[in-house]
Amino acid sequence: MAHSGINVLFEGRNLIRLFGGLWTTIEIAAVALILGLILGVILGVLRTFQNRLLRVILRLYLEFFRIIPTVVLLFLFYYILPKQMGLNLLANEVATLVFALWTAAEMSDIVRGALISVPQHQRESGMAIGLSRWQLYRYVLIPQAVSLELPATINLVTRVIKTTSLLMLISVMDVINVGQQVVEANNQKYPTGVFWVYGIIFVMYFAIDYPLSWWAKRMDKKRLERANG
Amino acid sequence: MKKLGFKKLGLFLGIAASLALVLSGCGSSSKSSSSASSTNKGQSTMQQIKKRGTIRIAVFGDLPPYGWVNKQGQRVGYDLTLARQIAKDLKVKPKFVQVNANNRVDALNSNKVDLVLANFTVTPERKQVVDFASPYMKVSVGVVSPKTKPITKASQLQGKNLIVTKGTTAENYFTSKQPNVKLLKFDSKTQQFNALKNNRGAALADDNSYLYAWVKNQPKYTVGIKSIGPKQYIAPAVKKGNKSLLNYTNKEIKTLTDKGFFKKDYNSQLKPYFGKEVTPQDIIIK
Repeated sequence: MAHSGINVLFEGRNLIRLFGGLWTTIEIAAVALILGLILGVILGVLRTFQNRLLRVILRLYLEFFRIIPTVVLLFLFYYILPKQMGLNLLANEVATLVFALWTAAEMSDIVRGALISVPQHQRESGMAIGLSRWQLYRYVLIPQAVSLELPATINLVTRVIKTTSLLMLISVMDVINVGQQVVEANNQKYPTGVFWVYGIIFVMYFAIDYPLSWWAKRMDKKRLERANG
Repeated sequence: MKKLGFKKLGLFLGIAASLALVLSGCGSSSKSSSSASSTNKGQSTMQQIKKRGTIRIAVFGDLPPYGWVNKQGQRVGYDLTLARQIAKDLKVKPKFVQVNANNRVDALNSNKVDLVLANFTVTPERKQVVDFASPYMKVSVGVVSPKTKPITKASQLQGKNLIVTKGTTAENYFTSKQPNVKLLKFDSKTQQFNALKNNRGAALADDNSYLYAWVKNQPKYTVGIKSIGPKQYIAPAVKKGNKSLLNYTNKEIKTLTDKGFFKKDYNSQLKPYFGKEVTPQDIIIK
């Protein structure tokens, strides 16, 4: 009996609880990504403008979120800021907020990079036919930038999903946290249960992240084929 | 060339500014936590808890038999029984927030919870940042090691790796009193025991009652040092300065002790986990 550690998954509501945890993970990642990607695109476009002050501020924002580890950001937003400002958000809200801001920061750099790597003559041609700045971005730069930035964006998405595993630090009941509860509760009956619990968590993350990274690779290949004929 | 210079300057300023932001944040936060406690701001007094209808209690989710989650997904354990009893006597609903050993203090100070019932040992250092109510359990630090290479004296640990969980009394004790022992620190109980099984250290130190429970099902290990350092007490904690809740909790613990609640709690939650080496008198407070 002791050998069948896999049974730990089917005891009581363990499996349902793990999927519940996964759902929390997905929910936070999805909302954060949607908000973060939208905000990131806007910030990325703003970062290609000539205004120096604007660029410095946005650069600061990017570096802040890029340099500081996500663990520290989560701690800062969950434990330290509420003390300072009396702003008390739930753990899941803090998690979504931090991940959205982080995604936005990283995305802004991806978008900026893509926009400035659209060939210069495209921009100049647009200006030559009298497009306004809005039209230039809307019809010339952004459509061409999208295919350039897509692989990097999907890469960012998979990174954000993976990083949600840090959320247990701020009491979010994500899939890792539930997994640890299951491991501890069943340690005596199933000493090898830890392998199976983390095994299934691996499968869960893999099932979400692998198709995304496969898609990113395919996109990139297609783009290169298009670009080089 | 000039443009590049500007960019570099900008980057440097950016880094400097964000660092300053973070550092100033930390500096002032410690100041404000002390002032907040005196002004009674942002914490749940008894009135607020009653008005809200819920009491938020920090508990462990991975520490059987004190605070853990059974296979039905229910939170159970010695601390949980106490938590539910306190909520019941207050006539409010308990809302549990799962914490790790090293964020119990932060959870209170940032007003995420009203009460901590997470196997929280009273120490002088902690007394400066939270207010403890009357204790409901007593323990001391023990050291568990493999039976093949048992550690029975602290001197055997000199220069060796000792596994502990961050923020526990064991970590505190060995950091301050046994500086020659190399500590290998982990975030959770799950990690620390896995580390011991993988021979990452010569031994593991934690509260002795908890170690008794663990070795009961791990025949290859033994609690070589049963008690090291002074006797420790485990008590509920509230945010510093939360007088009304502190007074209530003190009264509640006294009433429950008189009623024999803790003995019942011991028999239902802890006894099945501990071996015969432990009696209720070793754990509960008369």
